[in-house]
Amino acid sequence: MAAELHVELVAADRQVWSGEATLVVARTTSGDIGVMPGHQPLLGVLESGPVTIRSSEGGTVVAAVHGGFISFADNKLSLLAEVAELADEIDVKRVEQDLERAKAEDDAEAQRRADVRLRAASAAR
Amino acid sequence: MGAQLRVYKRRIRSVTATKKITKAMEMIAASRVVKAQRKVAASTPYAQELTRAVTAVGTGSNTKHPLTTQAETVTRSAVLLLTSDRGLAGAFNSNAIKAAEQLTERLEREGKQVDTYIVGRRGVAHYNFRERTIAESWTGFTDEPSYADAKKVAAPLIEAIVEKDAADGGVDELHIVFTEFVSMMTQTALDARLLPLSLEEVAAEAKPKGEILPLYDFEPSAEDVLDALLPRYVESRIYNALLQSAASKHAATRRAMKSATDNAGELIENLTRLANAARQAEITQEISEIVGGASALADATAGSDY
Repeated sequence: MAAELHVELVAADRQVWSGEATLVVARTTSGDIGVMPGHQPLLGVLESGPVTIRSSEGGTVVAAVHGGFISFADNKLSLLAEVAELADEIDVKRVEQDLERAKAEDDAEAQRRADVRLRAASAAR
Repeated sequence: MGAQLRVYKRRIRSVTATKKITKAMEMIAASRVVKAQRKVAASTPYAQELTRAVTAVGTGSNTKHPLTTQAETVTRSAVLLLTSDRGLAGAFNSNAIKAAEQLTERLEREGKQVDTYIVGRRGVAHYNFRERTIAESWTGFTDEPSYADAKKVAAPLIEAIVEKDAADGGVDELHIVFTEFVSMMTQTALDARLLPLSLEEVAAEAKPKGEILPLYDFEPSAEDVLDALLPRYVESRIYNALLQSAASKHAATRRAMKSATDNAGELIENLTRLANAARQAEITQEISEIVGGASALADATAGSDY
């Protein structure tokens, strides 16, 4: 059996995903980081970006995460995000509308958020 | 129908209508308590993980941060009071306000200036009526607070403590007064010092005895992690307090409305008794009038026989 690590992806108001995984890739402020079982204890600040979780059942879970933290210790990985959405939950049409609007209003923050969600949604496909 | 009886009947009708309304409010509040409790439970994993992370940084490095550093002399404190937008919740709001006032008094006795921040229309109205100054207030979301609301509340507070000196309006410590949801029947107003955070206290709360935290590798650095982590921790604490306060408010409403319904029932019972007595008195009076009239008539005819 391949080594596994336990992953908890939690947003401020709910638990988004939890389960066993073999690899987690997330974007920290200093670059992408991949965590595999047995990694050194780590605590990092997350950027807005997609998080990829390769679950031990073979599937891949992609989530859009906006700000937060990654912490890993004792083979347990926690992803804390203020806002997190699984790729399956993302309504692409609506995000595209949001993106249009953000571009029109020149709202860089909203534009980046919409962009992250779109990328997460397309990565899952 | 006699005048007395009509008055009783009218009062019974109006109390019955009131009872229906309070009963409905009781049931709405009961369902909202459950919803609010569920929200408290849903926010727990995030709060727990965050507490763990704060403990990890706090114990794993010697980083200093304005949010954890105790000022040498505290000249100004902020008090954040959580009340609700709407009343009809028994002593819920007055208990919270009383707790805040006691805290303010205590702080002032210690020679500190107190800035009051208020959430909820009830608290704002109370302070405005007494013409006390409110540093900042938020209303409109106390029934179902979202995380975004908590962020909105936390932002100026964190700014006041991190960036400004006491001289230009900055504060050295932050207290929060909210109503803790103990159970359906018990909610207690309490105050807690939120900032500066004492890392030892957070640590004691986070880990069971004897557990040793691993030495973390910080990405990008311990300072940066702490910089990002502490405001989130404060936000999550405020979010939790908002949720508990909302759950407590609904529980208090439910209880207040239940006793209102019970009282209305009792009132209806008493009024029905009085109405029955009035009706009986009316009947008795009519009978005695008839009997009196008949016997007078009988006496008159008996007299004419002679």
